[in-house]
Order: sequence, then structure tokens, then C-alpha cells
Amino acid sequence: MSILEIRGLTVEFPGRKNTFVAARDVTLSIDPGKILGVVGESGAGKSTVGNAVIGLLENPGRIGAGEIYVHGERIDNLPQKKMRELRGKRIGMIFQDPLTSLDPLQTVEFQLVETMLQHLPLSKSEAQQRAIELLDQVGIPNPAERVKQYPHQFSGGMRQRVVIALALCAEPEVVIADEPTTALDVSIQAQILELMKKLCTEKNVAMLVITHDMGVIAEITDHVAVMYRGNLVEYGESHQILGAPTHEYTKSLIAAVPRPDVKVHRFPQVDYIEGSAKPFKQIDISTHWLGQSRDYKPVDGALLSVKNIDMKFLTKNAWIPKNRQYFSALKQVSFDIQPGETFGLVGESGSGKSTVARVITGLYHPSGGTVHFAGQELTSLSDRKQVLAMRRQMQMIFQDPYSSLNSRMRVRDIVAEPIKFHKLASTNTECFRIVDDLLDHVGLGSAAGKKYPHEFSGGQRQRISIARALATRPRFLLCDEPTSALDVSIQAQILNLLKDLQDELGLTMLFISHDLAVIRQMCNRTGVMRFGELLEVQETEALFETPQHAYTKELLSLMPSMDILSRDNLEEEVA
Amino acid sequence: MFGFISRRLVMAVVVMFVVALISFMLFRFVGDPINQMVGIETTPEQREALRERLGLNDPIIIQFARFIMGALQFDFGNSYQFKQPVAELIAKRLPATLELSFVSALFALVVGVPMGVYTGLNRHSPLSKLFLTVSLIGVSLPTFFIGILLIFLFSVHLQWLPSFGRGDVVAIGDWWTTGFLTLSGLKALILPSITLGLFQMTLIMRLIRAEMLEVIRTDYIKFARARGLPDRSIHFVHALKNTMVPVITITGLQLGSIIAFAIITETVFQWPGMGLLFLQAVQNVDIPIMAAYLMLTAFIFVVINLAVDILYVVIDPRLRTERSGL
Repeated sequence: MSILEIRGLTVEFPGRKNTFVAARDVTLSIDPGKILGVVGESGAGKSTVGNAVIGLLENPGRIGAGEIYVHGERIDNLPQKKMRELRGKRIGMIFQDPLTSLDPLQTVEFQLVETMLQHLPLSKSEAQQRAIELLDQVGIPNPAERVKQYPHQFSGGMRQRVVIALALCAEPEVVIADEPTTALDVSIQAQILELMKKLCTEKNVAMLVITHDMGVIAEITDHVAVMYRGNLVEYGESHQILGAPTHEYTKSLIAAVPRPDVKVHRFPQVDYIEGSAKPFKQIDISTHWLGQSRDYKPVDGALLSVKNIDMKFLTKNAWIPKNRQYFSALKQVSFDIQPGETFGLVGESGSGKSTVARVITGLYHPSGGTVHFAGQELTSLSDRKQVLAMRRQMQMIFQDPYSSLNSRMRVRDIVAEPIKFHKLASTNTECFRIVDDLLDHVGLGSAAGKKYPHEFSGGQRQRISIARALATRPRFLLCDEPTSALDVSIQAQILNLLKDLQDELGLTMLFISHDLAVIRQMCNRTGVMRFGELLEVQETEALFETPQHAYTKELLSLMPSMDILSRDNLEEEVA
Repeated sequence: MFGFISRRLVMAVVVMFVVALISFMLFRFVGDPINQMVGIETTPEQREALRERLGLNDPIIIQFARFIMGALQFDFGNSYQFKQPVAELIAKRLPATLELSFVSALFALVVGVPMGVYTGLNRHSPLSKLFLTVSLIGVSLPTFFIGILLIFLFSVHLQWLPSFGRGDVVAIGDWWTTGFLTLSGLKALILPSITLGLFQMTLIMRLIRAEMLEVIRTDYIKFARARGLPDRSIHFVHALKNTMVPVITITGLQLGSIIAFAIITETVFQWPGMGLLFLQAVQNVDIPIMAAYLMLTAFIFVVINLAVDILYVVIDPRLRTERSGL
């Protein structure tokens, strides 16, 4: 008999004019010891289902129809007070970001004991004892000592273990995990998924895992439900859905997942997915503005050459220089990027890959080493004119499309700003003609220029960022995790756009990502970083086929296995 | 922790030194002190003798050193108008001001914090809207006007509370007098402390409300709800404590200004405190009192700032490791 049963659940958000239905007629059930994955893109309503089960719908959300049962007992119509007793005790929840889901001012012990005393008939010392056992169960070393510590003293992965311990401490029968590994590195993700699977079987709980990541679904779920705009479009056993999807949406979703195993020329364009761009205007580089007056001297050899870069950050200041303590963010990093090439940097958080980008763009001044761009040394440039000329040639695309655009400026002004700053257009009319052209070219249409950034979705904003980066007619683009905040279908579009632009404009790119599959699709050569060191640099294909360094091998082995994903619809594409 | 406090103490000493320099400058540049002390009929010879006796002909450095030495022993010289040691005058007035400040700070906290929590949690309830409207009055009306309004309503019209003075006071020890122990003393405290504390109360309330709105949306509060913790624990143990760091900063600074700038309230209510003394000193160009008052104010602010910095560390464990690195 299934522990959690959801029958015909409809969740509505009544608005002033009309009622928005976030989830429509969803029917699911989970057996003890099993994991059900709910997958979909942002706005699909997957989190809404989880929140409805635990009774924490955001205002003014309400359950419009349907029933939810835990162990045959109906819970969706319970009064608030009863529902509160249920939360934690019978239904636990794990949140996405371990860095923000623990109260920073209370010790781990306090938070565990407080929760247990609320739900279990234990004395305080028994609860303290159990807190230590729980930390041990979720794999935290020295639990007796660490239980007294505060959340900030744990690393991200360890904090997620604490979160899991907290969610499980009152022995709930149902656990809802909302994007439990999205904020974590690959290696930590693998550990956490393994832990969740183990605890699920050991404690015989029914687990509902909400995620946008097909890799997570493929890795741990027994059943999977695919949601699209509030509707449950496909539901069944994982290997069946992923291996032989029947619904069009599921097929396109799977097709959009970057393949870790084979390099394809372009990501399949998925027409089922909303918001895909119009086919954008082709340009002839010889006559177009973007191609004109690219007064750059051609280089022989590498366009960018980084040699023995060191970067130290002061962590503890002192009067006497030798007592000062530093953190080495980069240690003797060297690599070359050839003109027209895409060079990938891959590594986990804290490996120093973004620091490399900041040193190249001159945002950080390196503690040692040199950066040569087109034969010119960058770190010692002092003449402001030269610095400006250099900056014009290299532009950056940032990770977060929400915070990298000024929300008080119109899109056309955002894109026009670099043109005006570098005085690339003689008149205002010409400037805005160029801007309209650029917006057309990245697939937004010139009408977009009159709007403000908040009127666009994440993917569209990233297109604005790209248009802004192109506005100075650069020859070198630095992309720092350009798609990691985006849904897979949107990611596929943006990556295709970058590839198209590179083909047309002959751009050279430094592409930073933590996602190996994306790296494989995008980069000619790739460097692997860990703890500020560049461990190996190889042709991307060779890196994936015959990794040299042990860490690269480990990273590759930790990639969620996608073998069961259906690739049938792709085979023609590759061929 | 020890290193942190000692660094802070060094900074405090530097601040006090600079303030002492400014206070000392008052003597040099705000009129000739001799003119303030003597009458019209004093001969130039007598003036010169007095000047010599007071050490006003010594080099400035020596005079400043003497001032500092005196300040360290709470000796700020004699008041020009009262012909009494300044330290004594201030000590006599200090209890009145401190008691008034203490009560109004207490009033601001005891009323402001719960109101802030309530309005933060129940944004749309009618009571929240009422609180916010009232607080707007507190922020926008000038202190003296509120004082006069309260006097008019409760002293003149209803005749419930006295309109001026401290009422009967009881002496404790040599120099402390308190109004806490008599009924008339307590009654006399009510109106001035409300007047003085109203602005701080509304400030604290609005600050806590804004912080609460922020904190209540965080993941750890959602997670606390998802664990089924009772509202009381979520609101007061988890949410309120997380709003405290900015609130303490502002409250600390405000407490300093309550003590230092009680002048207006003390004038309106004829409260025999330091503010009134200072005002009279300004009117009579009584420089020693002004200098001492300046030093005392600076001292109060420095002490409060130090306390605030230590409180940060007590409240937020994240600062315990980071602070040591500063």
C-alpha cells in the first residue's frame, strides 16, 4: 500500500483578475522505500505539488480540488494546527540551498533537539544523544563534536547532510526533497544522492524528489512524473519514461539535455518548448556593422596567453608582513587560447575558475605571472587609453541573468551603453540602429529594446547580456557559467546561439562551467581546475576519452549516468 | 575576542583624545575666559595676575596636558556662572538625566519591539495599519510639540500627571538621587520619558518590521515551518534573533542620543538634568561646563559603541571567527 497518495490535486492562485492554476489534476502515489521524481522546467508546478503536500503553499495559493492521503489518512483538509503537528513528524522536507536553509544563529544541536522535542516523547538528554546518532547516520565525521557547531562551520555538502538529518529527525514517513542537489558540486551531489537513496531504503520512507535535472532523475528515482505548465504529462517507471518517452514534451526535454557521451554539432532545437526564439537574422560579416572596423591586428600564435598566474587573497591582516595570512586562489596557472577557439575551464566551486576570468579582464590584479592578449602584456598596462582599447576587445557574459542587468534601464540603453562609452557610433541614431540590429540578431527582436529587464525570462535576459557583450565588437568572449541558472531547453538555445555567433564572427571564447556535458558540447580544448591549480589541459574529446589526471577521472565517473535516456530521436541528428 | 576588545579600546582612547582636543579648543577660541569671570571694574593688572594664576600664559601644549590630566581626574575646573566645580555640578544633574533616559529607552524597547514583530508578521491586519499610522506621527512631529501636547492633555486638561520637575526624590548614597521610589517621582517620569522615547520607539518598530519582513521570507524560516515548529519558536527564537544585528546598531546609537540630547525634553518639562544645565551654560558662555558636557557625551557614545560591537559577536557566531581577522 502506498504511503503518500495524491488524487486529482489542483492548486490555484487566485489573482485580482483571474485565477492562475499552478497544478492541474495531478494524481501520484509513492510506496514505502521508493523514490518518485517530479521533473519539469521552472514554472511547471512541480514545487507547488510538494508545497501542497506539506501544507505550506505560498499565499494566496489554495488547493482547489483533489485529495492528499498519508497512510490512508486524508490530510489536505486538516486544520492548520493539526497540519503543523504533521509537518516534521510525518512529512519531512529538504530544501534546495543548504547555505540558507539553516538558522545561522543557532547551533546544529539546538535546531535538532528543538525539532525532536516538538515531535517525539524524549527528554532533552535523550534528544541530544539522538542528535549525535543522526549526524553519524548522515555521514558527518566527529558527530559528538560537530553537533555543537554553528551552520557556517560546515561546508555546503555537510550542511545539506545536516538539513537531511533535520528533515528525518522525527522519523517522518514521507520526505519531500525540493531540488536537493541543485546548489551542490558534482562530487557532493553524487554523495548526497547516494545518502538519500540509502536512507530512503533503510528507514522505509516514501520520497518525493522535485528536480529539473534529468541526471538526478536517472540516478535515484524509481518512478518519475513529468510536469509541463501545471499538467502531469507523463507518469510511470523511470527507466520506461526515460528510455521510451511517449509524450512530445518528455521527448524534447530529454533531447535538450546536453549529452556527456557524444559531441553533437548543435543542440536539437526543440519546438515544443515555449519561448524559443524566432529564427534570427542571418548577417553577412563582410558588410555588417559587427564585421566592420574590426581594426584588430591579426595575431600569429595564441590570442590569449596566461603564464604562471598566482592570485593571493589576504585572509588575516597583520602589522608585520610575515604574520599575514593569504589564501592562494590561483597557483601557477598557465594556458594559451588560439584565435577562433573555445577554451573550456571546468572545476567545482572554489576551484578558481571564475578568478581566472577576473584576472584576464583586469578586475583582479594577479599577485604574480603575466597575461598576454594579442601580444600585449595586460597586467602592467597603465595607460588608460590602452586599457580601454583592450577592454573593448574582450567582453564578459555573467552567470546570473537577473543581477547582471541594471533593472532601472531600458534594454536598448543597456546595450547602447558600451557603444557610447567606447564611442563606436558617431550619432545617436546610428547607435540605436546598431542596438536594434544586435537585438534582432540574438533573437529578441528590436521591439524588445523599449522594455525593461524584468519583463524578460531568464533565457531572454541572457540574450540581452550577449547582445551587450557583442556591442563593442569584441574578438574575445568570457562566458562565466552562462547557462547554469537556466532550464535545459533554454540552455540548449543559448548555447546554440553562442556557437552560431562564434561561427559568424570568428569569436574566441573562454567558457567556464561546472557541467561536463556542456563543456563537451562547447569547447575545443578544456582545462580541469581544482584548488586553484590547472591539473590538465587537453583536446576536449581526448579529455573525455582518455583523461590523464586522477581528479579528471573522478569527475567523469561522477557524472550522473544518462545511459537510460532515450536518444533515438537524436540519432538522425548526429548522423 | 580579547584582541578584538583591546583593539576597540585603543580606538576608543583615540576618539576620546580627539574630543578632548576639541573641547580644549573651546577655551581658546570661544571668547576670553577672563572677561567671563571678572567684573567691569577689574584693572588690567588684576586681570593679568588672574591670567597668570590660571596658567593661561603657559604654552598651549602645557595647557592641553593640564586639561587632559584634569579630565582624567574628572576635574574640569570651575563653572563661570555657578563658581562651583563643574564635575560636582554635572554629578548632581547626572542621575536625573540617566533615569529619564533609562526609562524612555526601556519604553522604546518594550513597546517598539513587540509592535515591530506584530506588524512584521501581520502586515495587513487593521491593528498593524493603526500602529504604522501612529508611528508616522512619532517620526514626523517634533519632540517639543509632542511634549507640549502631552502636558496640555494630561496635566492641564485631565490633571493626572505633573507638568514639570522630578517630583519627590530620595537620595541614595552621597550623590545619587532617584525618583523611582516615590509615587510623585514615578508619576513625573511618565510624560517626559514618553516624549523622549516616542521617536526611538517608532524607529525601532519600523526597523524590526522591515527586518522581520525580510527574515520571514528566508529559507531557514520556511524550513522551520516545514519541521512543524510552533509559531512562537519560529517568530521569537529564529526570526527575531536574526533581525537583531541591525536593530542593535541603531538602538545603540539612539540610546546615546537619548542620553546626550535630552535637552529639548528636559527644557519642556523643566527636568533638572544635564540637558537643562547645558542649555544654561550655552546661554551664559559657561565654557567649562560645555567642555565637560562634550567629553561626557563622547564618552557615553564610545562606551555604547563598544558594547554594541561586543553584542554583535555575542549574537552572531559567524562574526566570532571573522572578527578576529580584522
